[in-house]
Amino acid sequence: MTGTTDTAGHDAAAAPAAVELRGITKAFPGVLANDHIDLALRPGEVHCLLGENGAGKSTLMSILSGMVQPDEGDILMDGAPVRIDSPKRAIEMGIGMVYQHTTLVPTLSVLDNLMMGSSRAFRLDEAGSRERLAEVAAMLGVDVDPDAETQSLALGQQQQVEIIKALWRGSKVLILDEPTSMLTPQGVVELAKAVERLKGHGLGVVLITHKLHEATSMGDRVTVLKQGRVVGRLAPHELAGRSHQELQDVIVGMMFGEQVAPAPELVELQEHVEPARARRDLPEEPLLTVDALEVGAKGGEMGLRGVSLAVRPGEILGIAGVDGNGQRELAEAIAGQRPATAGDIRFRGVSIARLSVWQRERLGLRYVSDDRMGEGTVAALPVGLNLVLKRIGQAPFWRRGSIRHAEVERNAREKIAEFAIRTPGSGTRVGTLSGGNIQKVVLARELSNDPKLVVYNKPTYGLDIVTTRMVRERIEALAAEGVSALVISTDLDELVALCDRIAVISRGRIAGVIENGAGAEQRVGELMVGGHAEVVR
Amino acid sequence: MSSDATAPATAAQAPPGPAETAPPAAIGRMAEIVVRSLVPVLLALVAGGLVLLALGANPIQFYADVWSGGMDFGAWQDTVMRMAPLALIACGLIYVFKAGIWNLGIDGQFLLAGGVIAGLAPELYGNMPDALMFLILFIVAGVVASVWTIVPALLRAHYGVNEIITSLMTSFIGINLANILIKGPFQDTASNVPQTEAIPFTNLLPTIPGTRIHVGVIVAAVLAIATWYAMSRTSFGLRLAILGANARAAAHVGISVPRLILVAFMTSGAFIGLAAAAEIMGIWGYVRADWNPAFGLLVVPLVFLARFNALATIPFVAALALMTIGGDLATQNAGVSNEFTLLLVGLVLLFMGVTELLGRRRSLGQSYLQGIKRRKG
Amino acid sequence: MSEIFTTDVLTALLAGGILAGVPLLFAALGEMVAERAGVLNIGLEGYMLMGAYVGFVTAYHTNTFLGFLGGAAAGAAVSLIMVVLCIRLGLDQIVVGIAITLAAEGATALIFDSQFAESRPTLGATERIDIPGLSQIPVVGGGDTSDGSVFSQPPIVYIGLAIVVGTAWTMRRTHWGLNIRAAGDKPSALDAAGVSVLGTRTWATLFCGAMAGMGGAYLSITAAGLFEDFITQGRGFIAIVLAMLARGKGAWVLIGAFVFGISLSISDALQIAGVDISTDLVFMLPFVTVIAVLVVFGRRSYLPAALALPYVRGAR
Repeated sequence: MTGTTDTAGHDAAAAPAAVELRGITKAFPGVLANDHIDLALRPGEVHCLLGENGAGKSTLMSILSGMVQPDEGDILMDGAPVRIDSPKRAIEMGIGMVYQHTTLVPTLSVLDNLMMGSSRAFRLDEAGSRERLAEVAAMLGVDVDPDAETQSLALGQQQQVEIIKALWRGSKVLILDEPTSMLTPQGVVELAKAVERLKGHGLGVVLITHKLHEATSMGDRVTVLKQGRVVGRLAPHELAGRSHQELQDVIVGMMFGEQVAPAPELVELQEHVEPARARRDLPEEPLLTVDALEVGAKGGEMGLRGVSLAVRPGEILGIAGVDGNGQRELAEAIAGQRPATAGDIRFRGVSIARLSVWQRERLGLRYVSDDRMGEGTVAALPVGLNLVLKRIGQAPFWRRGSIRHAEVERNAREKIAEFAIRTPGSGTRVGTLSGGNIQKVVLARELSNDPKLVVYNKPTYGLDIVTTRMVRERIEALAAEGVSALVISTDLDELVALCDRIAVISRGRIAGVIENGAGAEQRVGELMVGGHAEVVR
Repeated sequence: MSSDATAPATAAQAPPGPAETAPPAAIGRMAEIVVRSLVPVLLALVAGGLVLLALGANPIQFYADVWSGGMDFGAWQDTVMRMAPLALIACGLIYVFKAGIWNLGIDGQFLLAGGVIAGLAPELYGNMPDALMFLILFIVAGVVASVWTIVPALLRAHYGVNEIITSLMTSFIGINLANILIKGPFQDTASNVPQTEAIPFTNLLPTIPGTRIHVGVIVAAVLAIATWYAMSRTSFGLRLAILGANARAAAHVGISVPRLILVAFMTSGAFIGLAAAAEIMGIWGYVRADWNPAFGLLVVPLVFLARFNALATIPFVAALALMTIGGDLATQNAGVSNEFTLLLVGLVLLFMGVTELLGRRRSLGQSYLQGIKRRKG
Repeated sequence: MSEIFTTDVLTALLAGGILAGVPLLFAALGEMVAERAGVLNIGLEGYMLMGAYVGFVTAYHTNTFLGFLGGAAAGAAVSLIMVVLCIRLGLDQIVVGIAITLAAEGATALIFDSQFAESRPTLGATERIDIPGLSQIPVVGGGDTSDGSVFSQPPIVYIGLAIVVGTAWTMRRTHWGLNIRAAGDKPSALDAAGVSVLGTRTWATLFCGAMAGMGGAYLSITAAGLFEDFITQGRGFIAIVLAMLARGKGAWVLIGAFVFGISLSISDALQIAGVDISTDLVFMLPFVTVIAVLVVFGRRSYLPAALALPYVRGAR
């Protein structure tokens, strides 16, 4: 446990803190999100806040940006205590925040988005705002069209607008929450350059990330959080002159205790993961064939353009790519939730392109949605019913149109035990469970009743390490039994650890498919960049 | 399962889950639900009483008059008969509200169905046994009102057009179309008043022996039970509940959302058509142009108070029927406008909202609006 | 056809269209602003009714000008229920809207009955302003006819037009307008920018209430010269439809209001030409047209993403 001792990083050489957090504590029902956290943000410095999902990083930054109030602790600006009771107050005090999820109004222009809340004048100052935009864009080294509707911009450009917005009113501190999660490798490089420029302008930058290599490569100072507490700090002099590998070992040591050797399941926090899968002999005849599949683009989505894939029995095929490049469209087209405009999907030797979700389900095609709360389950319904949602009206759960509670209950008990779902009972509403347990409910439903091929869309996104390991083990165990898997993930490490082959999706096309093996990560990265470059022209 | 049968009010909100709750908790929950359903009504009666007081009327006398006007001297039979259309409309609304769909075109569907069968009845009357005529008229009314929901349903299902607005618009069209029909092709040539030709009073729906109460009431009761069963026990009811709770999950689990929206809307329309048939064939025998009992918005609150449970709507329907029948005498005696009922129902809704809030604060029971989860975009 | 559309008929059509269109214009304009801010006022009919009643009573006891002010204040007062229950406390907007409409229908009928059941007073015709020169133009001038036309109207009509222009300008060119547009499409963005979502929605709703109340007052003071139960006859609901179809554009509210206004008055105008056409049919036509348009262009209908959704900070 770290106190307010020297480990807080009070090295004499550093500039005085622009913003300082002292003993910040925040509890949500059932969770202690922040537990006496101390943090000092200095001008001209990139401060990385590193930790797993749920470590309390975002809560801490929500406190700093005025969205959430701490239960305990002080915030000091230039040495004086302040209260940040609203986002407005945060902005006034020079704290600019770039959220993980976009906060731009999609239907408004870039300029409108920037002018929002920017002054107390009655009239909009359009001319002045254009000048300010040019100024900030120059400082950042980017080029933005002021009149473009923001929903028409690519994700990387939207993020640039977000950063401009955060700097609009002359921020002293810029907070970036998981800024690379939506970016291509190339976009990450551009972001790093922009951050470097801002540093040069004397801004303090906070970079929140769960990726270790980002922290060590971009950060001047690193603070490691775990379960709401600071478990370690690295000052600039500790970072300088050490290799990535050394730093990794140090940080992993901070997170899991010195004695724990980095376990294989910690891929999220490791730089290089060697492909875990040995080459296997699989039947040649594919189980699933996707042939020149087209899906119309709608509502800002990419659609699919001529996607062809084949998955053999027992094979785990990974789909890598930056979010929003057609992954969801592919998953939904295969599952039957979205109509294909052209092309064919063949499964177990028959064309399924025109079959309903329900018919495909009965053939053994399953889909683990990436949105487990918004789509995978019905929060208001009990666990027991959620477990049979895809078999409504079918025996043995329904007879002559009427529900048979005894069967539903029997099934629920069985699945709760088999998947170790932590729930007070089968009658508990799913919405009250934790994310990991909700994912287990989804898996228990999808992987039951004789699956042949499962489409997993970001199966471990947002899960804790233990559940993540359990999910990956399930995928592998089923594959060993001959159940194929199509694993869609934005986490390359995960794909490298799991898959036989990895396909790269970019702008709605398959940019290439590679055999998993030595150097796979690098080749996937190249394909991702190549796909991106093609569109940029 | 057995506790579900004794606690119908819970069945609608948390669709049939295995009953694990110990009896005392179940009783506590029941009591809570009863309290939360009655409190808004009581508060509205009190507030309404204060309004009456302000207008110089005696509220206690007023409510006593409502009771005697709706119950005494055989008036209870009118009250019971008024329950038939109200209960059928309430059932119809359950199918859509549970699925998170707002069918607010009730009056248009009701009047169009009523107008069409009132125009058709004289053609059929005397050419066939009365029983067959009633059967045909009920079916026609159900079909007409059901068809009238198709456009809003399809617009919502396929284009995501807000059904509140489209169902209101088709309601206006339906009301006007009914008037056009009544003043035109269905006009009783023997009458100077714009109305359809009347079926003789003696040949309306048969009555329950010993009373004036027509059998439409029995039809309504049977259909209310059927609605309760459909919503709490069948796969159809569960599909509607899923659609209402999470439309994306509905698509994900393989429910054909557009088709289900259409089916829910049309079922709702069919019940509203049957309500019109029960009212026209049970009470009036004809329809006059510009006649509009405007039951639609009055029934909406009842469905919420009963939390989409068809059986639980019955006491509320009875109260509303009593109020509308007995209100005439009471308002006359008190010397106030007979639109007092509207104010009272509006107040019930407002107090329902307030009770909901207090309930949420103290996490008492469950929401009235459980099925109505708004979709995105 | 040409002999049907005589000068008299056209003038009557325009005059009638304005008479019936102005209340729709006020209410729909207010509702359009509120909808852009994310508030759906199903209770618009209730605001109008209350505005009609209070406007009438105020005008009866004082003068027309104060009558309109009173109507606007009454509409805003009723919309305050919406503000408190829905915007502040997060209750369902549709349920509360229905409640407001029902309660206002009941309350106005009740109070009117208790105050004026015997007397049933009426107001005199509202004075018109003839725009110099323009009011002498045939058809659109109307200076020499009994019902006026485009350039011979009571001041409130010109005020209404000015409000349309002012609203459109405010929505496009000012911070208020920008805030309102953001509040309906992505309230969390507005909040993050340091502007109060609840405050923005509150003002938009109060504006809506005031405008609808003014529209109601126009119905009772100018159009009818009296109050009667349910005088709004569903115009509040028509205004909601207009506001949605206008897709946030003031000009479309103006056009829509007068198209509906003319259709509401066309049968009277045609009676001058000796053509007897069913009012039911004419009244139905605009709705049929709108439904047909929606069926054909359904995909293009637009509503703010966060319409009728309560805003809770931090909830996604």
